[in-house]
Amino acid sequence: MSAQNKTASNRRRFLKESGRSLGIVMCLALGLGVNSRQGRALPARALRPPGALPEDDFNAACIRCGLCVRDCPFDILHLATPEQHIPTGTPYFIAREKGCEMCEDIPCIPACPTNALNHDLTNIDDARMGLAVLVDQEACIAFQGLRCEVCFNICPVRGEAITLEYIHNQRSDKHAMFIPIVHSDSCTGCGKCEQACILDETAIRVLPMALAKGLLGKHYRLGWEQKQQAGGSMVTPDTEHKYNLPEGMRYDYDGVGLIDERPAAAPEEATSVPGLDVLNQKGKP
Amino acid sequence: MVKKLKQNPARFPGAEAIENKGWIKAHRWLLLRRLSQLSILALFLAGPLFGLWIVKGNIASSLTFDILPLSDPYILLQSLAAGFVPTATAFIGAAIVLAAYFFLGGRIYCSWVCPMNIVTDTAGWLRRKLGISGGLGLSLSKQTRYWLLASTLILAAITGTLVWEAVNPVTLLYRGILYGMGLGWLLILAVFLFDLLISKNGWCGHLCPMGAFYSLPALISPVRISAVKREQCNDCMDCFAVCPEKQVIYTPLRGADQGISPVISSPNCTNCGRCIDVCNESVFQFGLQQPFKSKSLSPKKEVTHEST
Ligand code: SF4
Ligand code: SF4
Ligand code: SF4
Ligand code: SF4
Repeated sequence: MSAQNKTASNRRRFLKESGRSLGIVMCLALGLGVNSRQGRALPARALRPPGALPEDDFNAACIRCGLCVRDCPFDILHLATPEQHIPTGTPYFIAREKGCEMCEDIPCIPACPTNALNHDLTNIDDARMGLAVLVDQEACIAFQGLRCEVCFNICPVRGEAITLEYIHNQRSDKHAMFIPIVHSDSCTGCGKCEQACILDETAIRVLPMALAKGLLGKHYRLGWEQKQQAGGSMVTPDTEHKYNLPEGMRYDYDGVGLIDERPAAAPEEATSVPGLDVLNQKGKP
Repeated sequence: MVKKLKQNPARFPGAEAIENKGWIKAHRWLLLRRLSQLSILALFLAGPLFGLWIVKGNIASSLTFDILPLSDPYILLQSLAAGFVPTATAFIGAAIVLAAYFFLGGRIYCSWVCPMNIVTDTAGWLRRKLGISGGLGLSLSKQTRYWLLASTLILAAITGTLVWEAVNPVTLLYRGILYGMGLGWLLILAVFLFDLLISKNGWCGHLCPMGAFYSLPALISPVRISAVKREQCNDCMDCFAVCPEKQVIYTPLRGADQGISPVISSPNCTNCGRCIDVCNESVFQFGLQQPFKSKSLSPKKEVTHEST
């Protein structure tokens, strides 16, 4: 083979190999890209450690080192493995298995070298790992009128994140039901309530905020709040309502109701037809 | 033109060196490397296994003695590409690591630290033992890894997440050993089989973007292997057989006529020292090169492709 021929064939081979390699890289890249899109939404059961950035930012920030896992004194955190539908290597915990103990010094946060767990979070009560939702009133025994209150009692933000509301028990008609109500302004999403729920399948679950919270339409204004803010009615002052009633009748809105002030009419003469008295006799054979 | 040499398929590379120098000496650098790789892993494992917390975390980022932060610069770069700027700790950690690899030869990461190296080396060794050659006709360009490296960063930028870290076998293996593997084993096995049956040195030599990344600081690293006594070479080709990046040896070893330096300055030499081990004629040595002064820096002078 002449030298020239050889260079030509070398070049051909080089181009062929390069083309093939580029093809392989592109296929790989496309596959990875699609895969990353799918694996993005965190399953509802998996919760992030306290202070975790919003999910999208978190996935860019967390370098999957597991330092948070190591510094959690209660070993509640895990790193996701590839077969889980959680971005591989990122930390999570499952509330039903072991909820966050809400350490006062939040050791997992300073452990994070990247700020994926936001170092600005210093008060664990401000953490929002999710929000507890009583998902199944049919199963929760408090709704059956039984005393439980386990979630209420275990909640680390006791008396604030869960309160008990007393509701009349319609079934027994003489008892009260002690209904646990979660308040999003205090619940940290630690998962202790979910972990503690005595049912085989928990009736209270910590869900990611996006699943747990509804959102009022932006155009909505609650009249009473607006009124309070404005310090008075914001529409033209109410004119007194006029009822269209027959002459001599009034309506009292504050309770009395319809008032008949017409002059009493003369009693009408009793009219009768033969046999009516017999029909009107009740209960007699 | 340097004469083309064919390796004798009947001989196992390093056999003469073993006979001559003894098994231990003929595996000296290999043993040291394994010791290094396993000790690093052991330092990480001592915590979870025995409560001895010397090093915490994993090779993505770690904390030693509760004071020294180390972070992988490539993973940090992915994070930056994904649009996140981490805290100073991560940058400091990455800077320390990068500085060390600038000095020691970037791909020393591959041969002295990376856990996957044990897997792919084993595949390569088994390939030689079983006499498997070729594969499924898949010959990849050695440059593929740089394209893959670029792709991982572009993908991170497009998707806003560390896409590569979902499948990166290097971090997957380390993390798996330390925190639980799940089905990650399958991916490691896939790489092993790929190297064993489909493509010789397929993963580390052609695809791994992490190795590609670490080859970049090696462009100016002073610590290099050199074919100092190249005139003693008896063309046994054992070094070519064991080298995971054999294209890097060619010019320094054979370039005496053209006045090319004997220093293996290619950034893709992993400083593994296997060539030193297997060479019966003691041609190779660890040495220092003056950064930026090498003659065969240009990848054009390397034989960049091979058919496997
Ligand atoms: S606050 Fe405490 S229990 Fe909760 S994840 Fe952090 S370290 Fe673990
Ligand atoms: S410490 Fe931070 S970067 Fe490391 S795994 Fe935890 S959240 Fe991710
Ligand atoms: S998750 Fe449950 S236990 Fe934790 S703060 Fe919220 S209501 Fe309380
Ligand atoms: S090329 Fe990649 S997998 Fe191979 S040793 Fe280097 S970093 Fe590890």
